Amino acid sequence: MSAVPHILGPLEQIPLGEGRAFGVDGEQVAVFRLRDGTLRAVSAVCPHRGGPIADGTIDQRVVMCPLHQHAFELDTGCSTTGAGPLRIYEVRTDEQRNIVLRMA
Amino acid sequence: MTSALDRSRANGRSQAGPKRRLVVIGNGMAGARAVEEILARGGGEQFSITMFGDEPYGNYNRIMLSHVLSGEEDDAGIFLNSLPWYRENKITLHAGVRAERIDRAARQVFSDDGRVTPYDVLIIATGSRPHMPPMDGLYTPAGSVKPGVFAFRTIDDTRNMVRHTQHEQHHRAVVIGGGLLGLEAARGLQSHGIEVDVVHSGSHLMNAQLGPEGGAVLRRSVEALGIRVHTGSRTTAVLGRDRVSGVRLRDKPDLGCDMVVMAAGIRPNVELAVLSALPVERAIVVDDHLRVQDEDNIYAVGECVQHRGEVYGLVAPLWEQAVVLADQVTGTNTSAVYLGSRTATKLKVAGVDVASMGLQGPERPTDEHVVFSEPGRGVFKSVVIRDNKVVGATLLGDSRKVAYLTQAFDRGLPVPEERLSLMFDLAGPSEETGVAELDDNAQVCNCNGVSKKALVDTVRGGCNTVAGVMDATRAGKGCGSCKLLVKQVVEWAADGAVEEDPSASYYVPGIPLDKPSLMAAIRKQGLRSVSAVFTALAPGRAEDAKSKMGLASLLKMMLADQYIDERDARFINDRVHANIQRDGTFSVVPQMKGGVTTVQQLRRIADVAEKHNIPLIKLTGGQRIDLLGVRKEDLPQVWADLDMPSGYAYGKSFRTVKTCVGKDFCRFGTGDSTKLGIEIESRFQGIESPAKLKLAVSGCPRNCAESLVKDVGVVAVEGGRWEIYVGGAAGAHIRKGDLLATVEDPEDVKLLAGRFMQYYRENANWLERTYAFVPRVGIEHIRAVVVDDAEGIAASLDAAMQASVDNYVDPWSERDDPFTPGQFRTSLPLEVLPQVPVR
Ligand code: SRM
Ligand SMILES: Cc1cc2nc3c(=O)[nH]c(=O)nc-3n(C[C@H](O)[C@H](O)[C@H](O)COP(=O)(O)OP(=O)(O)OC[C@H]3O[C@@H](n4cnc5c(N)ncnc54)[C@H](O)[C@@H]3O)c2cc1C
Ligand code: SF4
Ligand code: FES
Repeated sequence: MSAVPHILGPLEQIPLGEGRAFGVDGEQVAVFRLRDGTLRAVSAVCPHRGGPIADGTIDQRVVMCPLHQHAFELDTGCSTTGAGPLRIYEVRTDEQRNIVLRMA
Repeated sequence: MTSALDRSRANGRSQAGPKRRLVVIGNGMAGARAVEEILARGGGEQFSITMFGDEPYGNYNRIMLSHVLSGEEDDAGIFLNSLPWYRENKITLHAGVRAERIDRAARQVFSDDGRVTPYDVLIIATGSRPHMPPMDGLYTPAGSVKPGVFAFRTIDDTRNMVRHTQHEQHHRAVVIGGGLLGLEAARGLQSHGIEVDVVHSGSHLMNAQLGPEGGAVLRRSVEALGIRVHTGSRTTAVLGRDRVSGVRLRDKPDLGCDMVVMAAGIRPNVELAVLSALPVERAIVVDDHLRVQDEDNIYAVGECVQHRGEVYGLVAPLWEQAVVLADQVTGTNTSAVYLGSRTATKLKVAGVDVASMGLQGPERPTDEHVVFSEPGRGVFKSVVIRDNKVVGATLLGDSRKVAYLTQAFDRGLPVPEERLSLMFDLAGPSEETGVAELDDNAQVCNCNGVSKKALVDTVRGGCNTVAGVMDATRAGKGCGSCKLLVKQVVEWAADGAVEEDPSASYYVPGIPLDKPSLMAAIRKQGLRSVSAVFTALAPGRAEDAKSKMGLASLLKMMLADQYIDERDARFINDRVHANIQRDGTFSVVPQMKGGVTTVQQLRRIADVAEKHNIPLIKLTGGQRIDLLGVRKEDLPQVWADLDMPSGYAYGKSFRTVKTCVGKDFCRFGTGDSTKLGIEIESRFQGIESPAKLKLAVSGCPRNCAESLVKDVGVVAVEGGRWEIYVGGAAGAHIRKGDLLATVEDPEDVKLLAGRFMQYYRENANWLERTYAFVPRVGIEHIRAVVVDDAEGIAASLDAAMQASVDNYVDPWSERDDPFTPGQFRTSLPLEVLPQVPVR
């Protein structure tokens, strides 16, 4: 399986501590920029009732969906509150400070 | 104790044949507990279980009805076994069905739905009902109880009473009976703003549990709460033609009232047993196995039972009965016997701790009687000693020695030479040793029947917080009088390793500080942003998503323009100044001060709705107009087109001021409520607070703006005066606000309302609405601080509020200049838009 890299544009689109949603290859992905500067990417749609995950509140560990406050680990996508999991994606920045997402 | 071997043998036996049929009549606290105990002994394999309950619900905690009446507890929160529980345990529940007769020969139960239900084993647990003492005027000519007369036994009784208190004409109640139930009813009614008189035929309050001196101290405490007490008084008639207007007392003037609550004792429900020719004296007679006398297959349990001449009216004895009954019915331990319960009671009555056991006073000349009385603090303690043993004790207003005394009483321990140490911790046994000495089987929580051992086992099982243990065992979740003892047992069992329960005292879960310490630390270290607070104060400097919003609100309140606003600390609503909907769109509620609008505003709103294809335009409960279903990316343009400020229908903040038309138009109006409402809203718009603040101003006591159920509600009264109410609610909770002050000048309304709100902002817990804050802190205290400036902080509260007011900026001005990149970018909800139905 080859992971296709997608360049999503400059890192600055995402304010520190927040997330933004991107449509990539027919999938919707929420990319978060943590306060330590690192990135995480998970599927953008809450498995609970379709809530917009990119509008969630995050810390270093989890994202909380804005609709009913289910929480999901950013590293694994697993819910800490008993919801189904989010899919996770590999994400990093390149030398030009662009966001690069890999779709498996 | 039964061994696992006994248990499996009992189960094994039953598996031989088809399941036997167990029928239970009565689905109250005793019936349901007996079934729980039977299931715990593998009874689910032995029996197919059917229960009849004439209340149309699952089983609930009757004790908590006092809390439901007072509004402290939601009626949904008191269910012990909800309907799914019966399904999960394969119990057929006939809820709302009354069993009418038993055919003992044919072993069948006949019920009022025409059903005939056969049984192999039958349990009767019909409980009791309130006694209606004979008096004139209790019933209407048609024979029903007169409207306004209530019994206090069931969830329906309680709901009906609450509804009655909310009628605007209803201000006074008379409670007949000054025992446990009567006092609880009185206290509960008071919290709805009802004035209460308690009429008690005994010579002192709670005479079943207390001697005369104790009764007198209790009376003082109860009267201090504002409840009037009439002892030695008999009610001879309920007055009023079609509905209650008062009661007549023998040899005393009539008392006017709009409702009468009967709490004059209980009578066991024995009709069914009598009709079925079972042995009934004061109640259904049972033997030491809880088997009905001379019956092989019929058991009875709870308040409907008479055992060795005793009939009980509290839950602790029936927990003990349920255990023996289950041992017998399942065959788990056929040598189990019930020998009666000690009458050591530990209660919380109208907020006062009451414990009593054995004798109320000395009976023989040689009995020693140690008494301590401090009526001013509501404390009374009395211990009766015979042959160097405790044979009776009463503790009022201070239950610290209850565990020790109960133990000494139960076991007949010799008492210390220094008698005083029975009542106070001198050098005598400390709390610790008191708990250590407590027998394993000693019942700590009488309401839910939780033993010391059950608590200790839970701690050993890895649960190390007091709240956690309480949740796991239900201990302390009844009347609450045992909470201190539960805490001591947990601390002792954890041997110093008790973890403080974080949620109990922290302002936000991620920072281990209560609000005053958190605020002090923020000030001392000069912290100005949420991330700085985490770095300085959170364990491991760890951010916590659940804490961000609370911290952001607190910092903004404390620092006004010194606050460094990090948008990731905000909830999405506060990032985009609108309320998120189920499909990821947002609602837009423009400000419409005091519910007053203009032709221009209406026209603009109509134009915007048309231009942007707003799916739903709706008048809100807050007297303004809601545009629902707006996409995030359209928000800035919608605001620009509206050109109106935000109405803050999304934040934990000051929301609206509802008003009525007031004196300029209304023929009853005594004050210009509209004008004052608009001024209040203009002044306090948008300020953040621990939870929502909703206000109202009404022009007269008809209260068309519903001021009595607002966080701050203002009512104009005759003579150009204004009443200010605080702590009212009519949302998830219903509470009538408490009168804070009556003032002459509308300017004083604004001043005091602002000062109250600032005091609330500085002292309330995160998400604690005023309806919880005001009763927690107490209206007297709030009045002292806010109106009388008892703490000398009025000026600083006013200044802090002024700083917040000065710092107000309409958030919708961000439309021209987004605060963060992509602030209004879509977050791609998967659902196809619009999901909000278009009407
Ligand atoms: C729009 C409105 C209903 C309406 O169509 O009339 C409304 C809508 C919502 N209310 Fe309300 N409430 C509205 C008036 C009320 C009122 C009546 C009032 O304000 O006079 C109450 C009772 C008073 C009170 O606040 O207690 C009310 C008690 C609640 C509660 C219960 C709060 C409580 O502690 O008792 C919640 C839940 C909460 O806050 O956690 C709530 C929560 C909500 C939320 C914000 C739920 C949410 O978080 O999404 C609803 C937003 C729906 C949406 O999709 O936008 N709403 N809500 C009303 C807006 C009034 C306004 O103009 O600002
Ligand atoms: C407001 C209030 C506060 C209280 N506070 C305390 C306290 O702080 N501490 C304390 O120890 N005790 C307290 N009590 C007493 C305690 O609630 C009772 O001791 C306990 O509920 C008795 O349980 P029971 O199962 O015997 O009766 P109940 O709980 O009354 O249950 C009997 C059930 O059987 C049903 N029933 C009756 N006849 C039939 C029939 N023929 N067919 C079908 N169903 C039938 C009834 O509707 C009822 O639901 C309080 C009681 C009240 C009302
Ligand atoms: S509250 Fe009084 S003054 Fe205001 S509209 Fe109602 S009746 Fe009129
Ligand atoms: S939709 Fe995400 S928690 Fe419900």
